[in-house]
Amino acid sequence: MGSGNPIWRRQWRAFRRNRRGFWSLGLFLVLFVLSLGAEFVANDKPVMVQHQGDLYFPVFKTYPETTFGGLFETEANYRDPYVAELIEDDGWMLWPPIRYSHDTINYELTVPAPAPPSAENWLGTDDQGRDVLARLIYGFRLSVLFGLILTVTSSLIGIAVGAVQGYYGGWLDLGGQRFVEIWSSMPILYLIIVISSFVVPGFWTLLLIMLLFSWMTLVDLVRAEFLRCRNLEYVRAAQAMGVRTPVILFRHMLPNAMVATLTYLPFVLNASVILLTSLDFIGFGLPPGSPSLGELLGQGKANLHAPWLGLSAFVTLAVMLSLLVFAGEAIRDAFDPRKYNDAAA
Amino acid sequence: MTPLPSHLLRMEDLSVWFDDPARPAVDRVSLSVDAGRTLALVGESGSGKSLTAMSVLDLLPDGAGRRAAAIELDGDNVLDWPAKRRRALRGGRIGTIFQEPLTALNPLHRVERQIGEAMQLHQGLGRAAIRQRCLNLLEQVELPATEDMLKRYPHQLSGGQRQRVMIAMALANDPALLIADEPTTALDVTIQETILDLLRRLQRERNLGILLISHDLGLVARYADDVAVMHQGRIVETGATARVLEQPEHDYTRHLLAAEPAGHPRPLTAEAPTLLDAQGLSVHFKGPRRGWFGRAAPLAAVDDLSLTLRRGETLGVVGESGSGKSTLALALLRLIPAAGTVTLLDQPLDRLSGAALRPWRRHMQVVFQDPFGSLNPRLSVGRAVDEGLRVHHKTLDAAQRAERTRALLEEVGLPADAAERYPHEFSGGQRQRIAIARALIVEPELLILDEPTSALDRSVQAQVLDLLKTLQARHGLSYLFISHDLKVVRAISHRLLVMRHGQVVEHGDTEQVFRDPRQAYTRRLIDAAYNRTVTAGGGEKQAVAH
Repeated sequence: MGSGNPIWRRQWRAFRRNRRGFWSLGLFLVLFVLSLGAEFVANDKPVMVQHQGDLYFPVFKTYPETTFGGLFETEANYRDPYVAELIEDDGWMLWPPIRYSHDTINYELTVPAPAPPSAENWLGTDDQGRDVLARLIYGFRLSVLFGLILTVTSSLIGIAVGAVQGYYGGWLDLGGQRFVEIWSSMPILYLIIVISSFVVPGFWTLLLIMLLFSWMTLVDLVRAEFLRCRNLEYVRAAQAMGVRTPVILFRHMLPNAMVATLTYLPFVLNASVILLTSLDFIGFGLPPGSPSLGELLGQGKANLHAPWLGLSAFVTLAVMLSLLVFAGEAIRDAFDPRKYNDAAA
Repeated sequence: MTPLPSHLLRMEDLSVWFDDPARPAVDRVSLSVDAGRTLALVGESGSGKSLTAMSVLDLLPDGAGRRAAAIELDGDNVLDWPAKRRRALRGGRIGTIFQEPLTALNPLHRVERQIGEAMQLHQGLGRAAIRQRCLNLLEQVELPATEDMLKRYPHQLSGGQRQRVMIAMALANDPALLIADEPTTALDVTIQETILDLLRRLQRERNLGILLISHDLGLVARYADDVAVMHQGRIVETGATARVLEQPEHDYTRHLLAAEPAGHPRPLTAEAPTLLDAQGLSVHFKGPRRGWFGRAAPLAAVDDLSLTLRRGETLGVVGESGSGKSTLALALLRLIPAAGTVTLLDQPLDRLSGAALRPWRRHMQVVFQDPFGSLNPRLSVGRAVDEGLRVHHKTLDAAQRAERTRALLEEVGLPADAAERYPHEFSGGQRQRIAIARALIVEPELLILDEPTSALDRSVQAQVLDLLKTLQARHGLSYLFISHDLKVVRAISHRLLVMRHGQVVEHGDTEQVFRDPRQAYTRRLIDAAYNRTVTAGGGEKQAVAH
């Protein structure tokens, strides 16, 4: 945290004091960093291969089967016993702990899919024979990344709009407020359903559509903060000094308005994740085949006889959202202006 | 005076601390209040006055610890009482009046509910009985005892009326002791007096004991029987008011008495050229609408006002709150739209705007009242002060800026390492010095001072005034000095401008106006400020007679 500024330091201390929130954020960050390296945790390719004295890194690079003395020009399928034998004749393979990627189908199931948990598939497979644990890891990463990007972009837009409304006030403010009210009363879920019935949404298109409607969360808050800050004496003093408006906005007002805003961010992130999950659940979200928690939940509902599907997705979601809420609470406490006034008094 | 068998309130060895019992905020304070008498607890901010009073009521802030040998009410030690019985004291045997009537009243409750709530809680009276008692109380605090008054909300009352409602609330359950914590500090001088006279009358009628907390020695001299002077959590001197104020024994009491603003501005050279000239300045706000579709009548906050200011001169602007003083400052600074002409250094500013105005801002700077709100809490002092250099002296590099900032901070009397520290580490007076430095860094000719000393203790006020005078002499600055405190204005201003309802009602040479005010309004202001002048041990001037 900003080492010099005593307010940041005080808030960091207040944050540390909420132990549950502090550990939740820590655990969440560990999980998130691990999931960022999902290719090294769950993959159908080995991390490293040594063959005839040469090192290969299939995670990063695609090698044709012929590299290892196979027959085909296509990418080597390392799970194929034939290829494995070729490599291990004169070398070795270093596998990730889970030998399935999110879209790897286990063709060697002895029971019909969805298969229950086993030594091979720790959380079983879904109804297409894909490893549930691998899909959870990739799905977690996708959900959090989607949520983060959506949160950051919608906050940037929301803060900018709120700041302009609050600083200038007057008709701009009134007009903006009415627009936000009308725009936010649009039924977003149905709009997305309608839109995705004529375009198949990908990651970015879905993000864009959601962004159209999610930037309004922070507008009211930031606007109110700026309305308040606008008449503070140090803002007046800066105006009298002839400081340019953008500088006043960024240097004097934004940092103080950000206190209330930062408090909300973990909850905005939560809401984004939930929205994506619910869209996936009803089948209007990410394109088919994407590793998604919502899709797994949907499978769980469609296959009630395979409780490991629904349970795994539920536990993952519950843990992720709880961690975020606990961390959010701690951040809110740390930034609570009343608490920090008490500390200052 | 015949000593009573037991005191109404007696405190013995009261200590209050926050983190460390070894560093108490209130240190072994003993005092007593008798029925029918007023004990004034005086001291500067942070001396522990309010903590002392609030510990009687169990109203200490969270995290504060308290220890006392005894807190007796009518000879009965309340520390032995269960918490519930002690709680019943508040608003029961002990009534309280706070400083800020706007925040002490619940904005969503009507007057009837404000006053009646305590009666309902303590006496369990019925509705009709409460209403009758409320009307009765309104009459006692000299408010119109009408149904209409009972139905009003706090925002529909003036400051003085709100304070009267608070007094009525405090009296609702016939208390024996009244704790008045700076009861008039937030009020205009002319209203202060009427409130204090009311309190005195009520005291006589009801034989009330009053514990009056104040920083204002003038007020104490006039209204208190006994004085206890507090300094850094201890009572340093106590005794009858007249004795303490006339023959102070403790150094600190003498220091407090000497801190009344005194002195005069340095004389002005006759040929000083005109710096600022404002003609026909008017600022209009939207008034209340008439009906739903009616047009809002404009409300003139500043109404056709003209003033001139010469180089090196101080023009004092006085008036009660709402007279348009601060609006005038903002209009002169061109921070709000205003009609009329403003000429600075022969340059008409009213026709400039935006970028064209920016270079001219360097010549005219401002210092505001609130030492807490006037500095950005997230910027270091050095960063706050050098902002003007970044705007107006773009060619300077970081080292040159730092050097100028450091030199100026030193000139306004701040410690050498001030630039790296943050505003919250400084006291109110020091923050005001920082605000002055921030304004002076661009070497302005004119400094507009909007109540620069009003939030400060008397002794700190004197230091800031001295600093302002020194700076004026050294740099040939002109000041537009806005204040409601006539004593302060007199100590620094060459000329005086009295404002009321946005208009100038009187202006002229300061001493001239003080000696011979032409308007009744001016006379009232002066009387209110000077009637209670304390004769300090050194023999400072007596009140200006009528």
